[in-house]
Amino acid sequence: MKKKLVMIGNGMAGVRTIEELFKFQPDGYEITIFGNEPHPNYNRIMLSTVLQGDKSIEDIIMNDWEWYKNHGIQLYSGEAVTEIDKEKRQVTSDQGRKVDYDELIIATGSSSFILPVPGSDKKGVVGFRDIHDCEMMIKDSKQYKKAAVIGGGLLGLEAARGLLNLGMEVDVVHLMSHLMERQLDETASEMLKKELENQGMNFLLEKQTAEILGDERVTGLRFSDGSEIQADLVVMAVGIRPNVQLAKDSGIFVNRGIVVNDYMETDVQNIYAVGECAEHREIVYGLVAPLYEQGKVLAANLAGIPANPYEGTICGTQLKVSGCDLFSAGEIGDDEGTKSIKVHNEFDGIYKKIVIRDNRIAGIVLYGDTKDSNRLFRMLTKREDISGMTSVSILEANGCCGGGEAGDVAAMADDELVCGCNGVTKGTIVEAIRTNELTTVDEVGGCTNAGRSCGRCKSLISDILSYTLGDQYDTSAKKAGICGCTTLNKEEIVAEIRAKGMTNVREVMNVLGWSQDEGCSKCRPAINYYLGMVNYGGYKDERDSRLVNEKMHANIQKDGTYSVVPRMYGGVTTAADLKKIAEVAEKYDVPLVKLTGGQRIGLFGVNKEDLPAMWEDLGMPSGYAYGKTLRTVKTCVGEKFCRFGTQDSMGLGIELEKKFERLDTPHKVKMGVSACPRNCAESGIKDIGFVGVDGGWEIYIGGNGGTDLRAADLLDTVKTKEEAMEITGAYLQYYRETAAYLERTAPWLERMGLEHVKEVLADENKRKQLNERLDKTLERYNEPWQEAIQDNGIKEKYYQVRSVTVE
Amino acid sequence: MQMTKVRVKVADYDSLPERAGQAVTVGGENIVLFRKSNGDVKAVENRSPHRKGGTLADALVSGKFIYCPVYDLKISLDDGKVQAPDTGEVKTYHVEVIENEVYITI
Ligand code: SRM
Ligand SMILES: Cc1cc2nc3c(=O)[nH]c(=O)nc-3n(C[C@H](O)[C@H](O)[C@H](O)COP(=O)(O)OP(=O)(O)OC[C@H]3O[C@@H](n4cnc5c(N)ncnc54)[C@H](O)[C@@H]3O)c2cc1C
Ligand code: SF4
Ligand code: FES
Repeated sequence: MKKKLVMIGNGMAGVRTIEELFKFQPDGYEITIFGNEPHPNYNRIMLSTVLQGDKSIEDIIMNDWEWYKNHGIQLYSGEAVTEIDKEKRQVTSDQGRKVDYDELIIATGSSSFILPVPGSDKKGVVGFRDIHDCEMMIKDSKQYKKAAVIGGGLLGLEAARGLLNLGMEVDVVHLMSHLMERQLDETASEMLKKELENQGMNFLLEKQTAEILGDERVTGLRFSDGSEIQADLVVMAVGIRPNVQLAKDSGIFVNRGIVVNDYMETDVQNIYAVGECAEHREIVYGLVAPLYEQGKVLAANLAGIPANPYEGTICGTQLKVSGCDLFSAGEIGDDEGTKSIKVHNEFDGIYKKIVIRDNRIAGIVLYGDTKDSNRLFRMLTKREDISGMTSVSILEANGCCGGGEAGDVAAMADDELVCGCNGVTKGTIVEAIRTNELTTVDEVGGCTNAGRSCGRCKSLISDILSYTLGDQYDTSAKKAGICGCTTLNKEEIVAEIRAKGMTNVREVMNVLGWSQDEGCSKCRPAINYYLGMVNYGGYKDERDSRLVNEKMHANIQKDGTYSVVPRMYGGVTTAADLKKIAEVAEKYDVPLVKLTGGQRIGLFGVNKEDLPAMWEDLGMPSGYAYGKTLRTVKTCVGEKFCRFGTQDSMGLGIELEKKFERLDTPHKVKMGVSACPRNCAESGIKDIGFVGVDGGWEIYIGGNGGTDLRAADLLDTVKTKEEAMEITGAYLQYYRETAAYLERTAPWLERMGLEHVKEVLADENKRKQLNERLDKTLERYNEPWQEAIQDNGIKEKYYQVRSVTVE
Repeated sequence: MQMTKVRVKVADYDSLPERAGQAVTVGGENIVLFRKSNGDVKAVENRSPHRKGGTLADALVSGKFIYCPVYDLKISLDDGKVQAPDTGEVKTYHVEVIENEVYITI
């Protein structure tokens, strides 16, 4: 029978220990984990980034639920262990669950230290430790204006930056006379303060909080000098306190943390502690790098593999606030036994200080330029004798005045640490790049863990990639191929297709030396598009190379169901069509019927087996709500009903939609037609938009209402509907021929230049030729839903789900 | 409980289109069959290993890899492993083609 391993705490240090254990011994234990939080293991470090709005909670999950399942780990989340019975070797949870163990890991981390001042239990007072705190702050920021952060250290400043990003006014209250006094000397601290003040933070230094004011919810702070400030949210970031109560109650020896030896063993047999709750040689750590080292040692110990003892770690610190590049490690102050080298370039805002004791680097403070941090940090941890070096060569080795970065990498020793968080050296990364043919920073992370915690080492990893791969990386980085299968860019591929008269996807990949025979999900749809664009007179479309939505002629949804959005030309419908949609929705029990943002009706959550029958019952053409093609033409009611209307907007809209529907385009294309400058159809944020004016139409191009909002530019003013149609055709075709696949008109127009596009479209002859090629292209399309209804081959290949019974 | 493995006929070989997944439910298990362009047939669980789930039947097929239609994970049909930099694994099934009949073991 397998031995039972139980772990209390489902956080960064604990789960890393389990990961390390699996490396030694994938199947040695039956593992149970209790985690107080209702989440799988996530990257706590990144909470700052979540608060600052750069990542979502989902982005920072490190081991998802599947991971536990796949590794056969029994996880009890949202459940705290309340008792350890070391005699019976059994733990009990707050739900009364009892689990026996052979080995027990305590990895309970720490909690925010909440100042014991009156009022600290009021609503609106939070720590900054977990997802819950983060969510509270985000929620409160929507309702309240003024925040106070108590604590001017790492956590406090990162919280303050996040609250600023959330739109709050932020006061940072700090007991000491300068910020981050444990990591920075006065000069660096002053520089940091100036930068943060520029970013909008307000500092109250040398202030001791005496009371938190308010009734039920906090309204302000009172300091020991009697002064007061207002605040509707108070974040306590004054420090952390190891979660040791459970261990203490169970009779395990606890000092500040749970005391462990060099093998992470507590004084009780078969019980170990790792992470922020553990105290090793009188130190309780609060950064992940040392905790990960502890995890490795403990994992080896549990796997019964002789490991080197854990002997402690010197930590380097950095602040995750943009615009504040700083690094600090070791001793930062001076005393009789130390000498220091300082460089202070006030003009560029750069400060570097190296503290030297007995000819060895004992401390580092860098502000404004941290490129040297890895090299100096290695000299510090390896206790290199620097007596032979000049001060200039210590501080500016190779990298003087912006010297080559790749040069820095070349000069790095193989055992030099690149990723401090995960203890990954240059040698390990180079080796992984070579043996696994890695080409991106993410791949390196996937293989070695480097870069997967705080992320600060990513630029260095990128330098190492470029140094290791040489030209290969350079060319692929500078002249990006359209995907990993080729180094050719879009222009080269299209030119080759034209020159060699190629007509199918496989041929292109063969002839142009693709590294993966049948391509990938990026190049296959792109090549299929380019082929269709070049061979406009009768290209045989390759359905299996299309993006899933276009292949299925419906939009796939998160659970594998699809949506059905029929055409409703110009947003105009009839009572009969509405009835039909209603009947179909009922008949197929459609979970959601919704007006889309494109002036029509969507049926969402449809099983794929039902699609063809539904289409048949509807008897309407596909609205292509899924395609890189014309989506919708939104219209306003216009002169037919509106007292301000000057033109027939619905008429033009319907005509445009009927003419250009189904046309393949590099990315989706949306249109809007309004009958007066009040612009009720939002023509100014469409790929092409029309605004009726007295006696004609203004035509706007390159608008976008999506991710990067862009107002469209006025292309031209025309008198008639026919002219409007003609210019639209030429514009669309020019876009089709010159844009890269998945480049929408807005970025395309920025790249090409409005004047250039205007010039092309002003040329009558060019317009004519463009329209000819376009009209020819339009001839090749069939209505895809009808096609599927009529063709059993298509139905079977794409829409059937087989069923087999097993006796 | 000890489950015995059974071999089940799931399809006729010539009914399987090349490079397009075919969803089959076999005694309640959702499975998808892929006939690769070299003729081999592979079977995996019809569920994306992405933490948000989704199905795999409509994946794009390239050689021995498929690309998850919902989250674009690249997955090997040989061992079900998600390729770096992503991680994860989908369950694979043993497939045998005998004459024109395709069997899987579950
Ligand atoms: C259904 C709809 C939302 C709704 O409930 O109203 C919708 C749904 C989707 N949109 Fe949209 N968009 C919808 C109107 C819009 C609009 C508003 C509009 O068209 O007036 C916009 C902003 C306008 C614009 O495009 O300039 C919009 C900007 C996007 C974008 C960002 C495009 C960009 O260039 O930045 C994407 C992502 C993409 O296409 O790559 C997107 C992608 C998507 C996808 C296809 C995401 C996907 O790949 O699965 C969604 C499919 C959901 C599903 O389950 O079927 N959707 N989407 C709307 C369908 C309109 C229609 O009838 O065809
Ligand atoms: C906002 C923020 C930013 C940070 N930035 C950095 C950084 O840039 N670099 C860096 O190196 N470090 C950083 N840290 C510190 C780093 O996150 C911690 O050092 C690390 O998470 C500690 O790991 P741990 O496993 O010891 O504790 P945790 O990750 O806290 O995990 C402990 C878990 O145990 C659970 N638990 C506690 N008691 C029980 C119980 N009785 N039963 C069940 N479960 C229990 C807790 O709920 C928690 O989920 C940051 C921390 C925060 C909060
Ligand atoms: S905005 Fe569009 S893409 Fe985003 S969730 Fe809504 S429907 Fe989906
Ligand atoms: S140094 Fe933090 S992830 Fe590499």
